[in-house]
Amino acid sequence: MTETFYDVMRRQGITRRSYLKFCSLTAASLGLAPAFAPRIAHALETKPRTPVLWLHGLECTCCTESFIRSAHPLAKDVILSMISLDYDDTIMAAAGHQAEAALEEVMKEYKGNYILAVEGNPPLGNDGMYCMPGGRPFVEKLKHVAKDAKAVIAWGSCASWGCVQAAKPNPTTAVPINKVITDKPIIKVPGCPPIAEVMTGVITYMLTFDRIPELDRQGRPKMFYSQRIHDKCYRRPHFDAGQFVEAWDDEGARMGYCLYKMGCKGPTTYNACSTVRWNEGTSFPIQSGHGCIGCSEDGFWDKGSFYDRLTNIKQFGVEANADRIGLIAAGVVGAGVVAHAAASALQRASRRDKASADSAQKVEN
Amino acid sequence: MSVIETQGFTLDNSGKRIVVDPVTRIEGHLRIEANLDDKNVIRNAVSTGTMWRGLEVILKGRDPRDAWAFVERICGVCTGVHALVSVRAVEDALKIQIPDNANIVRNLMHATLYAQDHLVHFYHLHALDWVDVVSALSADPKKTSELAQSISNWPKSSPGYYRDLQTRLKKFVASGQLGPFRNGYWGHPAYKLPPEANLMAVAHYLEALDFQKEIVKIQTIFGGKNPHPNWLVGGVPCSFNLENTGAVGAINMERLNMVSSIIDQTIDFIDNVYLPDLLAIASFYKDWAAIGGGLSSQNLMSYGEFPDIANDDSEKSLLMPRGAIIGGKLTEILPVSLKDPEQIQEFVDHSWYKYGDAGKGLHPFEGVTDPDFVLGKGTKGTPTAIDQLDESAKYSWIKSPRWRGQPMEVGPLARYVLGYAMGKPEFKEPVDMVLKKLDVPLPAIFSTLGRTAARGLEASWAAHKMRYFYDKLIANLKAGNFATANVDSWEPRTWPATAQGAGYCEAPRGSLGHWIKIKDTRIDNYQCVVPTTWNASPRDAKNQIGAYEAALLNTPMAIPEQPLEILRTIHSFDPCLACATHVISPEGEEITRVTVR
Repeated sequence: MTETFYDVMRRQGITRRSYLKFCSLTAASLGLAPAFAPRIAHALETKPRTPVLWLHGLECTCCTESFIRSAHPLAKDVILSMISLDYDDTIMAAAGHQAEAALEEVMKEYKGNYILAVEGNPPLGNDGMYCMPGGRPFVEKLKHVAKDAKAVIAWGSCASWGCVQAAKPNPTTAVPINKVITDKPIIKVPGCPPIAEVMTGVITYMLTFDRIPELDRQGRPKMFYSQRIHDKCYRRPHFDAGQFVEAWDDEGARMGYCLYKMGCKGPTTYNACSTVRWNEGTSFPIQSGHGCIGCSEDGFWDKGSFYDRLTNIKQFGVEANADRIGLIAAGVVGAGVVAHAAASALQRASRRDKASADSAQKVEN
Repeated sequence: MSVIETQGFTLDNSGKRIVVDPVTRIEGHLRIEANLDDKNVIRNAVSTGTMWRGLEVILKGRDPRDAWAFVERICGVCTGVHALVSVRAVEDALKIQIPDNANIVRNLMHATLYAQDHLVHFYHLHALDWVDVVSALSADPKKTSELAQSISNWPKSSPGYYRDLQTRLKKFVASGQLGPFRNGYWGHPAYKLPPEANLMAVAHYLEALDFQKEIVKIQTIFGGKNPHPNWLVGGVPCSFNLENTGAVGAINMERLNMVSSIIDQTIDFIDNVYLPDLLAIASFYKDWAAIGGGLSSQNLMSYGEFPDIANDDSEKSLLMPRGAIIGGKLTEILPVSLKDPEQIQEFVDHSWYKYGDAGKGLHPFEGVTDPDFVLGKGTKGTPTAIDQLDESAKYSWIKSPRWRGQPMEVGPLARYVLGYAMGKPEFKEPVDMVLKKLDVPLPAIFSTLGRTAARGLEASWAAHKMRYFYDKLIANLKAGNFATANVDSWEPRTWPATAQGAGYCEAPRGSLGHWIKIKDTRIDNYQCVVPTTWNASPRDAKNQIGAYEAALLNTPMAIPEQPLEILRTIHSFDPCLACATHVISPEGEEITRVTVR
């Protein structure tokens, strides 16, 4: 017996009215117009729960911790009602053989119909044995589960870019998952960790519309990653007015001035922190007085000190135009500009083809 | 096959070998192997960290002020603890004094983590070892309500509440899509709770999942996000502004009110849900007060935590005690120093690293980490498909830290025993209360159950300390003291050519130390020795076993194929393997053996 999400919610005692409210909140959190709410409602009423297999490679579990902070929808509702989280070593009851059996069973029962979610990444050094769950290289497990997945989600900067263990000199040769999964669409949800509601928003979108969200050249959902933190930062007027924090806890800091001179990477970081904010909209790094460290950007660990002004590490000044900043942020400076042009051409040629994001990534990489 | 006598334990690996890999409901990747005798009692245990990330080599040559962000990513579960110990290490090296407000905000953020982390551990990582979800289906909602109301005044306890929950649960199970409960050990004979207690616990599992996300908002207010809030060498990055222009861009009255409100809710949830549940569940598992003690009745250690006086880690300042107990001598608390080269040393005789001299231990300031993935002759399988490890050789990515040559247990139980032994009422009285309620003697605390109980008591201690720190902060603000950062030594040009420092911390899981050497304004070397490195450590040159291996010994198993008993004891330590397995060379030599597929 397969139940739809709506069935599940109804039998859990959720009223039709609350259910519709949930749908409009979901629409809002996805940045969709209110008119989308009925469509979400319809989709959820007619579809069964999709199995999600969540693997952990080299990582710190911050993505799982962020995920369980989701307020709308609640992580509880995602896990128990929206998806079927049939494998996740951080929370699953079973261990050892019973856990591995669950993985194999679901892969067989739902062949081609489950989502693989990956937190962390595979190290390739030492024959892959720097990460050896079950006594075998994690990279083998990753490829094995990816083989029959419908789609792959790369949670966080580890799976998306490599993150901290891949920072120079990358002692374990840790690589982002798109280096070893090359025949599947991969949705990259970067950040260290990603914002909870962005994570559940991406999943909800996929379940609701039964498709992968529109991705940018780097494979990130446009709905959350197409604008820089700086673009929507509430301290932006101070930047424009030339009012800056000059030292920690100075008068400017207490006045909430711009943190650009303290090294803020908001101008080159694509993420939803300044709009969605963190922990149910409570705050985000800049609001709490520290500059953005750029944790959702590829290779952010290797772009100089978090306290260096952007002028010190990349060639653009306050008045540089957005395109140029954008190019730098996208990691396509210099020779990369050629790749950018090629990727754009490719994308035009294969628009809405889910392969486009992958191709673009290959060109870049 | 061999028999080893060590530390009063007998290790015998002649019986049937079982393997649990992955150990789930932990942070990171852990493998446990055990040999059982013909009565299915564990006679040998092997603890293996199965991941290695090499973060410290990555730190070499970087700006010491950035280090907190790198090491914070060692662990996202106990988020922030590595950042805290890192800024302490840098401040120690550069002799930076932080303002009182910064000390209070750090303490508040750290206590916030204790409360949230312990709560999530109890309900979401540990509870399913004791709570049979399927049994809850046959509970009587009315009796469940009576049970809940008999142990707490928590308002969500009506028969209707439990009936609704049970109805949802029944349909969830009937759907056949069990999600994280798939293939659990439901119906296992080691589950002892009556159906009503199971239903109550499942209700609180879900409530705690909703509530934990509220607690961490305190870290978000002061640090901008959670997981992985922002920290700062010299203080904290947030500023206070209570009444002037621009207050909306700083920590203002609205923000402080939010903090205060969350503290009230946290105390309420922990004291009225977590602690009553813990005691109720424990009362059905008193046999576990005699199982899983391991090293806890012998060797325990704490670095101390929550300095009440800024920049002072002396005994009079630390609210959580520092010290070590050796050989179970509770009457003698030994002083612990992170800088004395004779005290903390790491060994690699059974770890996948090599030193120049076998059998030698190195203090973290002088440590070496050179990966050496070599398997013993007795290994079953192949080097990339290991079916069984050979513990007579190297068998873990975790090193073996020792204190004055001794394996130590660290964590909430160690802290509570130290506090108890020192006669500190805030630790002694709650322990005595639990012992009395469960009607068990003092030695019962040296057990799997004792470890789990100490963590619960500590969650409550931390929640009340949040209120204490908040009140202290308000008193400072009332007195006109707003400072949050000392920037005198912010600029690297003000630093000496060379400096070194150590940062101490008691993380929720136990003693955590970072050691930094700075040369020409850059990190020259960086070492971390973390709680799970102590507890999960493999054997050392003298074949001394670590806390996990010791705690598993002599545990009877009902069904060897279903390792519920192993999970109980291992989970009682709250393992964090990403923490334990990241060590790397202070010399920063690059790893040369790399095979790219």
